[in-house]
Parts: sequence; structure tokens; C-alpha cells
Amino acid sequence: MAEAVRPRPSEVLPPVTERIGPLAWLRHNLFSTWYDTLLTLVVLWLLYVTLVPFFEWAVLNATLSGESKDDCAPGGACWALIRVRFGQYMFGLYPDSERWRVVLAFAILVAAMVPLFLPRMKRRIAWAVALILWYPPVAYVLFAGGWFGLEPVETANWGGLFLTLVIAGVGITTSLPLGILLALGRRSEMPTVRAVCIVFIEVVRGVPLVTVLFMASVMLPLFLPPGVTIDKLLRALVGVSLFASAYMAEVVRGGLQAIPKGQYEAAMALGLSYWQMMRLVVLPQALRLVIPGIVNTFIGLFKDTSLVTIIGLYDLLGMARLITTDPAWLGRHAESYLFAAFGFWVFCFAMSRYSMYVEKVLAAGRERR
Amino acid sequence: MSADTDPIIVMRDVHKWFGEFHVLRGIDLDVRRSEKVVICGPSGSGKSTLIRCINGLEDYQRGEIVVDGIPLDGDVKHLDAVRREVGMVFQQFNLFPHLTVLENLILAPMYVKHMPRREAEELAMQLLERVKIPEQAHKYPGQLSGGQQQRVAIARALCMRPKIMLFDEPTSALDPEMVKEVLDVMIELAEEGMTMVVVTHEMGFARSVADTMVFMDQGEIVEKAPPSEFFTNPRSERTKLFLSQILHH
Repeated sequence: MAEAVRPRPSEVLPPVTERIGPLAWLRHNLFSTWYDTLLTLVVLWLLYVTLVPFFEWAVLNATLSGESKDDCAPGGACWALIRVRFGQYMFGLYPDSERWRVVLAFAILVAAMVPLFLPRMKRRIAWAVALILWYPPVAYVLFAGGWFGLEPVETANWGGLFLTLVIAGVGITTSLPLGILLALGRRSEMPTVRAVCIVFIEVVRGVPLVTVLFMASVMLPLFLPPGVTIDKLLRALVGVSLFASAYMAEVVRGGLQAIPKGQYEAAMALGLSYWQMMRLVVLPQALRLVIPGIVNTFIGLFKDTSLVTIIGLYDLLGMARLITTDPAWLGRHAESYLFAAFGFWVFCFAMSRYSMYVEKVLAAGRERR
Repeated sequence: MSADTDPIIVMRDVHKWFGEFHVLRGIDLDVRRSEKVVICGPSGSGKSTLIRCINGLEDYQRGEIVVDGIPLDGDVKHLDAVRREVGMVFQQFNLFPHLTVLENLILAPMYVKHMPRREAEELAMQLLERVKIPEQAHKYPGQLSGGQQQRVAIARALCMRPKIMLFDEPTSALDPEMVKEVLDVMIELAEEGMTMVVVTHEMGFARSVADTMVFMDQGEIVEKAPPSEFFTNPRSERTKLFLSQILHH
């Protein structure tokens, strides 16, 4: 045994300076063999031919202010477009004078969400539930108006990032509880409940969201009595929420299946009812296991909101496209779409980071199972 | 009949099938208040299934089970009532890993009995003292040894102030050096007069604690006798064979 521990001469490591430091790192990771070297050089060349022109276009030759495309320097990005139309990217066609209401509503939300970032999970859940109950009515009154002397704003005029956040927010907050109920229903011992849940999940997952939205917008009015209309946005919200909840149900079911039978039995033996068992014992463990899957669904949902364009609602992406059709800015697609993409990325990235943070907090709570 | 002889658990001709498999074949068993019944038998003999029937974790297809006067007849109210009277300890502990020890203990008193949190916590701490691990109250189950986890599980069941305690092979998943600490708690509980039904292979425990030994094989109760008789003079050949297998190694 002692023989094996002592390094043979060939295993003796080279001096420290040749093992660590940037040069050694380069040699080890980028140039260790001839094909590594070749790959490194090819990649460097690709980066050079793509990033350098992009940098020149986006930064060096960019125009930051101006009133139309004619003010923009050729060969450079025209960020003036974003600047001039920023309000529309954010709010769509929401009237200028009323935009403070949207800002106020989001400010209230941000303030109310601060406790969710404090690392005390129990209170956090109670607070989140309370928030889900009181915030939507407040936000609705501010957004739509019509009460307390607020001027009514039709949902058709809602747009831009604001609309994206409304749809995604409603979708996220309804799809999780609905998804949980569907997942529980799918595992229920009651045949009717189970059948209904399975059919719903499989049908909704089996069709594209575009179809659901299209049906909600074109087909649904055909079945309603004449004169009765349901708000277009409301139909989109219902469609997106149901769609997302079907996916969420399967994510949650994955978590439920990972909980050992003994947990159910211990809860039942203590006399907990079915809902107490689920709420206090099973779901807290199951949901914790599938946080990455839940957030994955949220992120997918957030980006899917851009599909509402096909029923004539202008979310951030729809607005970005609409703006490029303005003759004053004709042909400035790249700037507009890049800005929209950046907007989506900021929110999706934030969700992803938040989920990692929550996982870390929960993992710190108990070192091992 | 006096309260002493009046059985608290009555099983009459209980039959259970898992699909085609006939697990329990006509079980007749009475347990008196304060009686300690130890059930043993080879694996697959139906002993776990039997005690799981007593608190309705398993249903049965024929016969009758009455616990403290409440029939287990498929009525959910009866089931809930029985489960309030009966505590259970499992082989795999089945503590709730996302809750601390204290939270594990106060969960059922708070949500099933609607006990105020402070009262539930006081009760929980008393019981943790009794199983000799009050200092672990704020740890998570995953941070405890197997023996400690099983003692927490016993305390958790006792938190509901049950009249009957069921033990389903409580020491089988433990490392050998931890078996004693769990058995000691069980012996103490027995001395306090708890009605206990225990499935175990710990024959030393059975000999010193049991009032009645039950030997099961192939879904039937083969022999039922006080330990003095059961260990020294078993009547059935199957019991003799089983005892020789587990006692001589």
C-alpha cells in the first residue's frame, strides 16, 4: 500500500509557475493538442468576424437621438427609435396622461414583493397567498379605471411590456394553483375526477397555444348569444392560464411521484385529512423538488405571451413589430426586435436567478435529508 | 364484563386479498386495554398487513374490526375517529423531512385537534423529554441518527394522546447499536400501561414485555399464548420451526 502512495518520478508535478496562472490555464484548456489549437483559432476568428461588426454597429456608429430614420447615421444602430417610442414599448397605446396608474400599480407590486426576498419561508408563503388575493383587484381598478374618478381605459389599448407582464402575471399566478389541483386530480382515486383531469391535460397539451388563442378569439364568440361579448384580453388570459396549467400539472405530478408512500401513511395515521396531508406534508416536499421545472414553465409561459399578437393584442413583441411599420422609422427592424428581446431576457433571467436563490435558501434550511 | 376484560380491539374473521393473493385468512384477535400483544412470524405472513388494518391504512374485504367501540366499516367518520385513538410507528420512521422535530410533533395536535401552538409545543417538549432527546427539537430529521428518528416518531404518535400504539417492526431499519434506545422507550411506555400491538423480531423484548404472543404464518394466526408458554412449550410445529430459526443464530 505504501508503495502506491509514493509518486513515481513521472508523476512529480512541474514547478508551481508552470501549473497555475493564466498562461498555464491557456495551455491546458485551449492549446493542449493540435486540434484544440485549431478549434481555439477558428472560434476566435468567428468571434472576431461577428462581434467586431456588431460592436461597431451597436455602439461606435450608433445614433442615440433623432426624430426619424433620416437622422440616423448609415451603418449604425438607430437607438433613437427606442428613445422616441419608449413609452409605446412600455405601455402600448395606453393614453399618455394615464400611464402613471400603471407605474403606480407596478410600484405597489414591487413594494409588496419585497418581503418575498427575505429569507423566512413560512411567512413568505402566507404573504404571497395574501398578495395574490388583494393585489389583482387593486391592479385592475388602476389599469382599467372606471372607479374613483379614474378615466376608463379599454383593454384594447393596453400594450407593450405592460401587457406582457399582465398576461404573464395572471398566467403564472393562476397556472400554479390550477396545475396543482389538476395534478392531484390526476392521481385521485375518484374515477370521474381523474378522467376529467387526464382529458383536460392531454387535450390542452396536445394542441399549440396559437390554436387555443385562436379558438378563444374566433370560435368562442360564435357560441355566445348575439350581443354578448367577452373582452378579448380576458379570453386571452383564460387561454394562456389554462394552457400553462396543463403543463404545470405534469411538472407537479413529477414531484408528487417522488414522495414516498410512507409520508402519506404517516400523515394518515396521525389523522390528517386528505387536504391537510397534501397541504402540510406532501406538497411542500413535492413542490420543492420541482422548483426548476416550475420556473421552466413560468419562463416558457412568459415568452409564449407574445403569441397574443395573432389575436390582435400588442404585447412587447407585437409593439416592437408595430413600431417598425411606422413610415418615419421604416426598416429599423433590428433595433426594435433587439430591444424587445432584451426586455424578455431581463425578466426570464430574473426569474431564473430567483428560483436559484429560493433553492439555495431551502437547501440551507436542512443540510441533508 | 369489567373494563379490564372488555377488549379495545376486536377482529372477527378478517379476510383480505391483494388482487388474487389471500393475505389475511380469517383473523380472530382480541386485545384488552393495557394488553401488550407481540406479533411475530416469517416475512409475508401478513403481520404488517394485520396491524395496518387496525388503523385503516389497509382495508379488508370480509369480517369485522372494531376499535374502542368504533367499527371500521368504510365510513370515513369512523376511520377518522379510530385514527385519533391509534398511534402508529413505522419501520422507516416516516418523519416529515421538511419540518423540524418540534414541527413534526405539533403538526397533528394543531391541525387535527386544533390545539393552540403554545400548548402543542409544551406537550411536544414533554414527550421529547420522555424519549430523551429534547435537545434535538429544532433539528431536521435528516440530521438525527436512526435511533433518534425512531424515538421522535414514537413521540410524534404519542402527541395525539392515543389509547393504542401500533409498532410495525420499529427496530428493523436500525443499526444494531441503536435498537436498545428504541426498545427502552417502548418498555417504558408498556410499563405506563399503554395498549400496544407490536410486530417485531426482538424476542428478548417480547419475552419481557408481551402479555400475549401471536405467531402468524401464511395469513393465519397459528398460535396465541402468553410468552412463558409460547417460548418454552409451543404447540404447533410451525411455531417450533420458526422459533428454532430465529432463536438459534
